[in-house]
Amino acid sequence: MRELSLHILDALQNSLEAGADRIELVIEEDPIADRLHITIRDNGRGMSTEQLARAFDPFYTTRKTRHVGLGLPLFKAAAQRCNGDVTLASQEGKGTTLEATFQYSHIDRAPLGDMTRTLLAFLLGGKCDLSYRHRVGEREFSFDTAEIRAALGGLPFSHPEVRRWLEAFIAEGEKALIVNR
Amino acid sequence: MMTLETIVRELALEVRTAPGKLGREVTGGYASDLLSCVMAKAQPGNLWVTLQSHPNIVAVASLLNLAGIVVTEGATPDSATLSKAEEEGIPILTTPLTTYTVVGRLFALGIPGVER
Repeated sequence: MRELSLHILDALQNSLEAGADRIELVIEEDPIADRLHITIRDNGRGMSTEQLARAFDPFYTTRKTRHVGLGLPLFKAAAQRCNGDVTLASQEGKGTTLEATFQYSHIDRAPLGDMTRTLLAFLLGGKCDLSYRHRVGEREFSFDTAEIRAALGGLPFSHPEVRRWLEAFIAEGEKALIVNR
Repeated sequence: MMTLETIVRELALEVRTAPGKLGREVTGGYASDLLSCVMAKAQPGNLWVTLQSHPNIVAVASLLNLAGIVVTEGATPDSATLSKAEEEGIPILTTPLTTYTVVGRLFALGIPGVER
């Protein structure tokens, strides 16, 4: 895909489909070590050893509507093209952890993309809580929707004013990671 | 409309899989190495030109019901790609030509692009 954020959104969607109600997303950009690392840890129903073994096989999908599933195979191929990889660890009943690494400076590495839009699309889509941490070099932006929800006292993220605030909050946090570098 | 068989002959492509499927009419052409773009744009019956040779290309072609895949620049699809393509009935055609040249020749044969 043109942006890694699309792979991230796709993986978050997998976690939701696995019944997760809490996901931890960590993005670490380390230009000095020349690594980009993405971790997505959920508390969904997890995968059996057999499901895990076939998760990167494009001709395997849990979906009934078609016989191919390309989300994870494309993510893995994108990482491997950039001297990295995507791996999964899972425990049934406990959850699944996805780890993706890329060579940061690799010429074929897609840009991370618009994380504000990606996070907003995810957060407005449902009730799943997200712990988010994005590090670029020494700078870090993080939030936990469980804390934000508690402060909102029952107002949903989709409430127009909450939505506007959330978008500005994330956009500013993301922007502070990259300006004046 | 033109069959895959005619295109194979005109461009001297090497048929690596599914020779039984060459009678199919090709509805148009699409070229990209980004599989997500192919998934968004290519149409059923299109011939897809790419230098990717990963097994994922077979899944994309099968999902979209493409007429076949031209793998360019002498890239050699691995055995997993070839056996899956055979199983799915997707013709994989290889050539030492570059994507640019293959597309140019397809256009000269009257195979239209996807514009939408």
